[in-house]
Amino acid sequence: MKFLRNTLDKLKPNFEKGGKLSFLHSVFDGMETFMFVPNHTTKTGSHIRDGIDLKRTMFMVVLALIPATLFGMWNEGYQYHLAMGQTASLFDNFLFGFLQSLPIIVVSYGVGLGLEFMFCQMKGHPINEGFLVSGLLIPLCLPPDIPLWMVAIATAFAVIVGKEIFGGTGMNVLNPALTARVFLYIAYPGEMSGDLVWVTGLKEGVGIVDGYSGATTLGLLAVGKEMTISSWDAFMGWIPGSMGETSALMCLIGGIFLIITGIGSWQIMLSTVLGALGMGMILNAVGGNVYYDFPAVNHLLIGGFAFGAIFMATDPVSAAQTARGKWIYGALIGILTVLIRVFNPAYPEGIMFAILLMNVFAPLVDYYVVKSNINRRLSRVKA
Amino acid sequence: MSAEAISTVEKAKPASEPLFSKKNRKLINNPLDADNPITVQVLGVCSALAVTVKLIPTLYMCISVTLVVALSNLLISLMRKVIPSRIRIIVQLLVVASLVAVVDQMLQAYAYDVSKQLSVFVGLIITNCIVMGRLEAFALANKPWPSVLDGIGNGLGYSMILIIVAFFRELLGSGSLFGYKVLGENYLGNGVLMSPVGACIALGLLIWAQRARNGYTEEA
Repeated sequence: MKFLRNTLDKLKPNFEKGGKLSFLHSVFDGMETFMFVPNHTTKTGSHIRDGIDLKRTMFMVVLALIPATLFGMWNEGYQYHLAMGQTASLFDNFLFGFLQSLPIIVVSYGVGLGLEFMFCQMKGHPINEGFLVSGLLIPLCLPPDIPLWMVAIATAFAVIVGKEIFGGTGMNVLNPALTARVFLYIAYPGEMSGDLVWVTGLKEGVGIVDGYSGATTLGLLAVGKEMTISSWDAFMGWIPGSMGETSALMCLIGGIFLIITGIGSWQIMLSTVLGALGMGMILNAVGGNVYYDFPAVNHLLIGGFAFGAIFMATDPVSAAQTARGKWIYGALIGILTVLIRVFNPAYPEGIMFAILLMNVFAPLVDYYVVKSNINRRLSRVKA
Repeated sequence: MSAEAISTVEKAKPASEPLFSKKNRKLINNPLDADNPITVQVLGVCSALAVTVKLIPTLYMCISVTLVVALSNLLISLMRKVIPSRIRIIVQLLVVASLVAVVDQMLQAYAYDVSKQLSVFVGLIITNCIVMGRLEAFALANKPWPSVLDGIGNGLGYSMILIIVAFFRELLGSGSLFGYKVLGENYLGNGVLMSPVGACIALGLLIWAQRARNGYTEEA
């Protein structure tokens, strides 16, 4: 620790005004505050500074993502060995997945942070930690086999078009991680959907066991087939899928952590689940074909629903801000997810579109909640 | 401004003005950058998004629009003193529609494939805001020659943006230029740039670049 402090102190004059590297001031400042608690004090007035700043918030979310990440890594190896007809130990499975996903995570963070630093430097803003969570969310919602250059351009697109154009961290309309995913989904559908992308090695097709299918439940539903796995498997998550979103259990653990620390909004998570469940039950009651009859509970377990509802929909920047608005926002995400899955199976991953759509509508929801509140109170004055 | 007022203003001008005087040159240069119909006035965006997937149809579209704007500006400017102002819009529409019909027939006769690709968007030049906008804002109050120059200038301003957008969309979207695979046969097409969404984003980035260059600041 002492060594680090001394090194930083020694380097500091170079980055101050007038120093050789003063144009990199924001980067240095960002690194220093990343390693040490900043000793900025309030200069005027009586402001109360909460200990939970942006950095700690971001770090908490990263912590909440760790169970899903670790499980996802293991599952990648497990699915690969299953497809190859081999049995591997817990550690081998994990190591395989770790080596497979590490480059994706490194590219995502490298490109994203690089661009963020560049923009902060250009605008003369201090560097903030806004990308820490997005950098991990992006790899977790992508297929394990995704080419690295795609990760790079999707991350660049998300950071520049999804975030910096609107003014950087805290100003974005859309969730950056989902912006990256939807970009890839529309730009390169061949790499982002179908039966071959969800398990490592299926695309090469070498040494696959006869009769093995990497189809996901949503992929099967898209062609009008029933679910072939049990609800329990879907809940536990040992099924093919994107890196971090197969296991509803691991997302749930992360979600509980977010709720306890007060970072994620439990209203949004709960209303999303209720919305999807309600819509699913209505469609079940109508019945008629395989899409309508898909059990409402299973809607919550398959695909990226749990991951999206817990980590993406609750993004405090792009979600609704008012208390009542959060319920409306969450419920509509749930309802839209099921509607997209049932009525437009060509786009199987409904939760992604549902969240992005509601991101766009969140300010409108807030606007009407505030307005109705004003009207209610005005009418009380008149009476 | 009434017609009389306009004519008195015109009489006050020197009778012989060089064809490409500084003022007339400005009519062409201004719409290319500082007063661009697409990136500054944000007119005619619909066709800019729809026809810019490939460069060749884009080029035909650009030529068509430039012709229609220039000729309709000329015709309306010639008639500007006889058009009753209460029915001027319908007269303008009539002139534009006739010109577009001619252009459309020409395309169908001599460039049938392109005409197929452009589909309704040639016909929709009639409702292109740039055409109507120039007629209302310029041709109705100016002499024929400056009106033609203004039409050509705006047509070129429109064309420039469309060609830039189409260049990037065709190059990055399908890896080709003018139909030739310049990025190799194995280039994986980018679906975002192939769809109008990509054009919208490309246009936005272009406006960003232009504003950064010209030092644009938001009006408070």
